[in-house]
Formats: sequence, C-alpha cells, structure tokens
Amino acid sequence: MKKLSKAYLGLVLAFLYAPIVVLMVYSFNASKSRAVWQGFTFDWYKTLFANEAIMSSLYTTLLCGVLSALIATVIGSMAAYGLGKSRKASGGLVLSIAYIPMLNAEIVTGVSLMLLFTIMGLDLGFFTMLIAHITFGIPYVILTVLPKVRQIDWSLAAAAQDLGCTPWQSFWKIIFPELLPAIGTGFLLSLTMSIDDFIISFFTTGNGVSNLSITIYTMAKRGIKPEINALSTIMFTVIFVILIIANVGAVKREKDKKRSMRI
Amino acid sequence: MKKTAFLIPLYVWTAVFVLFPLAIVVYYAFTRPGADGVVLSFESFARLSDPMYLGVLLKSFKVAIIATLICILCGYPVAYTLARSRSKYKLIIIILILLPMWMNFLLRTYSWLSILENTGLLNTILVKMGLPKVRFLYNEGAVILGTVYNYLPFMIMPIYLTLLKLDESLLEAAADLGANPVRAFLRVTLPFSIPGILSGVAMVFVPSVTTFVISQLMGGGKVPLIGDVIEQQFRVVNDWHFGSAISVIVMVIVLVFMYFINRGDVENNGNGGRILR
Repeated sequence: MKKLSKAYLGLVLAFLYAPIVVLMVYSFNASKSRAVWQGFTFDWYKTLFANEAIMSSLYTTLLCGVLSALIATVIGSMAAYGLGKSRKASGGLVLSIAYIPMLNAEIVTGVSLMLLFTIMGLDLGFFTMLIAHITFGIPYVILTVLPKVRQIDWSLAAAAQDLGCTPWQSFWKIIFPELLPAIGTGFLLSLTMSIDDFIISFFTTGNGVSNLSITIYTMAKRGIKPEINALSTIMFTVIFVILIIANVGAVKREKDKKRSMRI
Repeated sequence: MKKTAFLIPLYVWTAVFVLFPLAIVVYYAFTRPGADGVVLSFESFARLSDPMYLGVLLKSFKVAIIATLICILCGYPVAYTLARSRSKYKLIIIILILLPMWMNFLLRTYSWLSILENTGLLNTILVKMGLPKVRFLYNEGAVILGTVYNYLPFMIMPIYLTLLKLDESLLEAAADLGANPVRAFLRVTLPFSIPGILSGVAMVFVPSVTTFVISQLMGGGKVPLIGDVIEQQFRVVNDWHFGSAISVIVMVIVLVFMYFINRGDVENNGNGGRILR
C-alpha cells in the first residue's frame, strides 16, 4: 500500500512536470523547430537578452507586477485593518463585494473593465492594465491580512497607550510589526497573480503594450521562439531556488526553536 | 483616524473599478442600438437560445464538470497521502506540486503541444515502437487534459489543508468500534474533507467553464467554449451587447454556483461538528 501511494505521487508529479521538462530541454536545443533535437546549445540564452520584444514585455510584466502589488497592498491592508477592527454586521457584505474580482470569472472582470476604459475614453495601454491588476490584487491582500488583524491582541496597543504612547505611535510600534508578515505575503500573492495573469491583461491593454503572457499568446499562433523557453527556464529555476531556500530556512528555524525549548 | 476611514480607498476603488464596470456590462446586455438611440431590449438574450450557442454553453459545462471530477478523483489520493505522511520529503513534494503554477500558464499549456502533436514526443515514441500514430490534439479530450493539468494543484491544496486538521484518534475510535478502514474512510475521513473538496471545486470549476485559452491551444479552435464566444464578441465581431449578455449569463452561473458551494460548506461544517460530538 505504501509503495502504491509513492508510485501514485510519482505519477502525478510526472504529469505535472512533463511539459515543463520538455520546455526546459528544448531551451537547449540547437534546432528552432520543436520536432527535432539537433544538439546542445546555449545560443537561446545569449540571443534572449538581445530580443527586444521579449525583454520589453518582461520589463512591462515586472513593472506592472510590482506597482500593482504595491498599490493593492496599501489599499487592501488598510481595508483589512478597518474591517478586522470593526465588529459591524455589514462587514460580511463589504467583504463579499470586495472579493468579487477574485471569485468572478476572469473573462467577465476583463470585459467589464475594458468597457469602462473605452467609455471613459482612456486609451488601452500600460495605465489601464495597471488599474486592472490593482483591482484583482486587492482581494488577495485582504484575504491574507484580514485573519491576522482579527488575531491581534488589542490590549497590547492599549497598554502601550497607558504607558504614554500616542495612538499613532502604538499603531506603528505594536500593531504594524504584528501585521507586517501577512502584509508581505499579501504583496507576494498579488505580485504572483499579476505576473501570471493573461485573461484580464488581454482585455485591458493595447497600443502595443504587452506583458509576457500576451507576447507568448501572440507567438503561440506563429510558433514560440526558443528564447521564451530559455527565459522561462531561468525564471523557473530562480523561483525554485528561492522557495527551497525559504522553506529549508523555515524548517531549520522551527527545529532550532524546538531544540531550545527542550533545553 | 476613525476605523471607517481605512475603508474609504477600498470603497472608492470597488465602486469605480468593480461595481460600475459590472453595471455597464448589465446595461449593454439589456439594450440594443435602436433607430433613435439605445433602447431596452432582450434581443441579445433571445439570440442565446440559438442551438449553436446553447450547444457551446452545454459543451463548456460538460468539459468543466468532467475536468473538475477528474481533478477530484486524481487529486484526492495525493492530498490524502500527503496529509497522512510523516516523510521528511513531504514539504518538498508540496513545493513541487505548487511550483508549476509559477511557470506561465500559457507556456505550460503550449508545451503540451510539443508532447502531443502529430510529430510530437509521444507519437515519435509510438512510431519507434512500431505502433500507429494517434491524434491526441484538437478534440474535447485534449481540452479536458489541458484544464486538468492547469487546475489540479488548486484541487489538491484545499483538500490537503482540510485533511491536515483531521484528528487521527477519530479513525482509531472508528476502528475500535469495529469499522474496517474502508468504512472508516467513508464515514469519517470523506465527510470531514467535504469543505476542502468544495473549495477545490470552486477554484477549478469557475476558471474551467470560462476558459478560452486552453480551448484555443489544445482544441485548436475546434472545441469552442463559452469563453471563446465572449472573446470573439469583444475582440473580433465588436458586438458589445451580445458579448455583455453572455457575460451576464456567466456571472449569474458563477454567483449561483458560489452560493451553493458556500451553503454546502456551512451545512457540512455542522455535520463535521456532529461527528466530533
């Protein structure tokens, strides 16, 4: 039974990684075609940095991701703080409305924003895409920060004020550091969502401004350039290493904590 | 600062960029350009009763339901194994399951083409083994495969997180009371994990029913889904009224679906309580 479940896990992982491995292998393929293997090469990694279309869409993706995640984090964290502090029954309604962009079909969000921008007379481009990304980033920030706000021990802030802190000081010295990890997670989550988004960007950008997803979509019709495979391999490896380091670090800290507690 | 002041940016943003745009969609859905300006009209909805569009709608549901069921059937054992495992590799396996989500989703899907196409990897292997080629792509099966591939991790994670909370003494108690493992699973583990399954279903079904990328890449345009019809109305045909009408239908379906998922969640939490009592 044990062996069976191990084999099954292996099978599922093979299914999840088959296309990724294929893509990585092709990033080293000397042939431009997907069908044949013509020997090992690093060429695509060299030409990648000279490919203007890919580099500019990478820049757009990262800039839009960081900016939208920053703004979404500010708006979302403030909202989570306000919602978590109040015990009004209307909080449930506010929350269901705030979560709409997260729960609704992406295509409907994209289409509705496109209609709004067109009616307002805005040219579709980086700015409209940025607004769209902030819009769907906010709920993810609320989702991660709100539970932390609800866990806050408000008596600590009250104690700080008894000891002479102004409310402002007690917020920044007691409450904010308590929320910071959740705010960071919310930022990363909305950043990830922004970088990976295709459907909403597809409807809200234009005038030649495209992020990586849209560039890949356009290429998919004519054939993906091997440079894209190279870029994805680099991005994938970087994220893999970051995740491993972060998690190994977390596990190690946990172990150290347990050890010190035993002593 | 009053605590309601913290909510003002959210209120403004949501009103302008969430509620107002949705109102515009509803407005377009129920109007038509008439002789003298825009008039109230149900014509767009009437057009939806065309068998062609009904067929597309039904097919979208069929593909999404099958893909969601496959995700449950394939994902549940993974979540179950991981939740009960004490292996030191558990964390790494969880990272490995989540990691593909960080690779661009178009690219991941596109990559399946190099495996499945007529001159692709799988067919090359088949030919080398002396077997005939198989047409894997550009049919419903390929679209379902692409959907399952993209959303499987979204099913595994919520079930895993729910099963982690299952107290193993409940299973021991069930065994002590004479239940065999299968019965214990059906009467204790499975009911306990239903909230996880429901969140997984919500996370898989909604994007699957409205996708247009997977159907374009894996289906090669031969398996149009409702998302493809919306995309065409806005990007190709430029009939905003009809496109909005379909979007309203999709929105209603999603809302009704979410309502039942939430209700099921509440009911089953009650059920879970009963088991514990």
